[in-house]
Amino acid sequence: MITTTGIEALHGSAGLSTDIVLRASNVSVEYAGRRPTKAVRDVSLELRRGEVLGIVGESGCGKSTFAYALTRMLRPPARMTAGVVEYFDRDGESVDLATLEGDRLRDFRWNKIAMVFQSAMNALNPVTSVGSQMDDIFRTHRPGMDKAARRARCGELLEMVGIDARRLRSYPHELSGGMRQRVVIAMALALEPQIVVMDEPTTALDVLVQREILDEVERLRADLGFSVIFITHDLALLLEISDRLAVMYAGQVVEYAPAEQVATSPLHPYTRGLLRSFPDLRGERREMHGIPGSPPDLRTELAGCPFAPRCESVFDPCRDMTPPLQAPPRAWPVACHLHDPRYARTTDEAGR
Amino acid sequence: MSALTVTDLTVDYRQHGSRLRAVDGLSFELEPGQTLALVGESGSGKSTVVRTLSRFVKPSSGEIALGSVTDRRLSRRAERKTYHKTLQLVFQDPFASLNPMHTVAHHLRRPLILHGGHRRGPKLDAAVLDLLRSVNLTPPQDVARKHPHELSGGQRQRVAIARALATNPKVLLADEPVSMLDVSIRLEILNLLDHLKRDRDLALLYVTHDLATARHFSSQIMVMYRGEVVERGPSDQVILNPAHPYTQLLASAAPDPRLTRAQLADARTQRAQLRDSRVAEHRESVVDEGCRFRGRCPFAMEVCATRPPDLPAAKGAVNGSAAGHVARCWLLDESAAAAPAADSSN
Repeated sequence: MITTTGIEALHGSAGLSTDIVLRASNVSVEYAGRRPTKAVRDVSLELRRGEVLGIVGESGCGKSTFAYALTRMLRPPARMTAGVVEYFDRDGESVDLATLEGDRLRDFRWNKIAMVFQSAMNALNPVTSVGSQMDDIFRTHRPGMDKAARRARCGELLEMVGIDARRLRSYPHELSGGMRQRVVIAMALALEPQIVVMDEPTTALDVLVQREILDEVERLRADLGFSVIFITHDLALLLEISDRLAVMYAGQVVEYAPAEQVATSPLHPYTRGLLRSFPDLRGERREMHGIPGSPPDLRTELAGCPFAPRCESVFDPCRDMTPPLQAPPRAWPVACHLHDPRYARTTDEAGR
Repeated sequence: MSALTVTDLTVDYRQHGSRLRAVDGLSFELEPGQTLALVGESGSGKSTVVRTLSRFVKPSSGEIALGSVTDRRLSRRAERKTYHKTLQLVFQDPFASLNPMHTVAHHLRRPLILHGGHRRGPKLDAAVLDLLRSVNLTPPQDVARKHPHELSGGQRQRVAIARALATNPKVLLADEPVSMLDVSIRLEILNLLDHLKRDRDLALLYVTHDLATARHFSSQIMVMYRGEVVERGPSDQVILNPAHPYTQLLASAAPDPRLTRAQLADARTQRAQLRDSRVAEHRESVVDEGCRFRGRCPFAMEVCATRPPDLPAAKGAVNGSAAGHVARCWLLDESAAAAPAADSSN
């Protein structure tokens, strides 16, 4: 849970508006089974209007599951077992996502929150043209639009992401991976949503194409003013593109800070480990290490800090007390006993 | 003497009567105790190189000499066996490269029996445990009994590496050995390969799309683009002082956490200006004639419609660069037009 002080600390340091567009409070998600997998555990986050919020972590840390919960896209056996997700419109009206059903849910999705998935290869239907897939969006969500208007709008959208409008007639297999991902992004932006959730949108792409797409997203965001939740395991990339960052481990947020702070002075040992896992392209040659060990089994109850078995700075309280996500003085929320004033002696060490 | 010598290797794939040149005139040597990184994006031909060196694909022309074993002698069964014993592979996907039906011990016993001259018995079991220890899988007795599904991705990749070491090879080809693994364990696996290379005097070919690990874990880097090596040289030279526009673009596209917001915004604007003249479609299109990179190259000139000179001709043309740093680009040819802004990466 995020304490008031934590949120204030964030607002002060990031220098952004405090205009919230999405707030998740104490969200938990379980995958049903003989031993249910508690994939997301009591996560609270806020997304501000116009910002890029990065969510980073190893595979299986719950970051995608959390994003699906935010967008009401969880399918059984996954189920949101606790928490509230609220959406705030520009006019200040708020909606509790959990209460949306039927037409109201359909109306909300894609109009307010759109999603870009990891595999652009699979996100498009291979047997219909790009144009007709884009047209579907308007036929469903804008029944009043006539055919010519829809066609014109689809063309505009393609041009917006740097693709010739003639490509509306193309089928997905005729496009390169990068172009397919551009089409998917154009589709996500079709209804001018307030929020776009991007789940590893560039992971399968080449470095150069990845860079072009990220630049494109940044340009569109500046033009259109939507907020982005960007999910990836690539911390180096995320530090560059996001305003704030949530580091997830074992279904929990363990550090929640402005990206610049994470880059220069990460607090949580896991964040530090992740940072070290990416060798600096131009830096000094040095002995490099990742994070030994593997994440815990999320089907079990986690006693103590879930990161303790892999942590280099582990000390007594880590074994049996779960550290809460709270902000130490003059810092941002972090879930680590090293930064708990109660264990002040070791806090100095952590600052190194 | 080099462990592996590749001379003018060309590989064509036939498709619907036409032909796709996946590797074009590749020459290089692998030295014992050294790592050579082969860097390129998907479709650049780097995996074809690995498949050809492993003899899964027949080259159209060129020669591969592995110690004394050359193409001519490869028709003999014994020579083929020596080849496969001397050159081993680590694949990208440790989930697919191990048989889910068999134990770890089984995976390691097979090559020991086939290539190591071992017979079943306590000595073989001891050899299996030694292999597991050499890749830091402990306790080895427990790991040996497990099936692949009981292991994490990193542990599986260690088993795959142990299996490759079982034949006591001189050359190890690692094709994207860490790209399927979680970020937190990638460096551990690369460190392991690095140590094994030193301890066993292995010649290591590290195939990857990641420039940063290529630089840190290899002494030399070759950059491949659409089947051709466009630049090669000592790792630090190639990354810190790239000569070919493609390498320059690759290096500038990599995230750099040390840049400030303002610097990032500047870089973005610059990139946008470079790209503005051409639509995305043209940037990603394939050209066969001339320089293959010219569709995406910000410095493309008229002369680029003809093929740039082969690597050795460009030797020494990389300004102020160390010996052995070469690139295949007209910008570096002094007889071609005065090079505009070739050092934009600095």
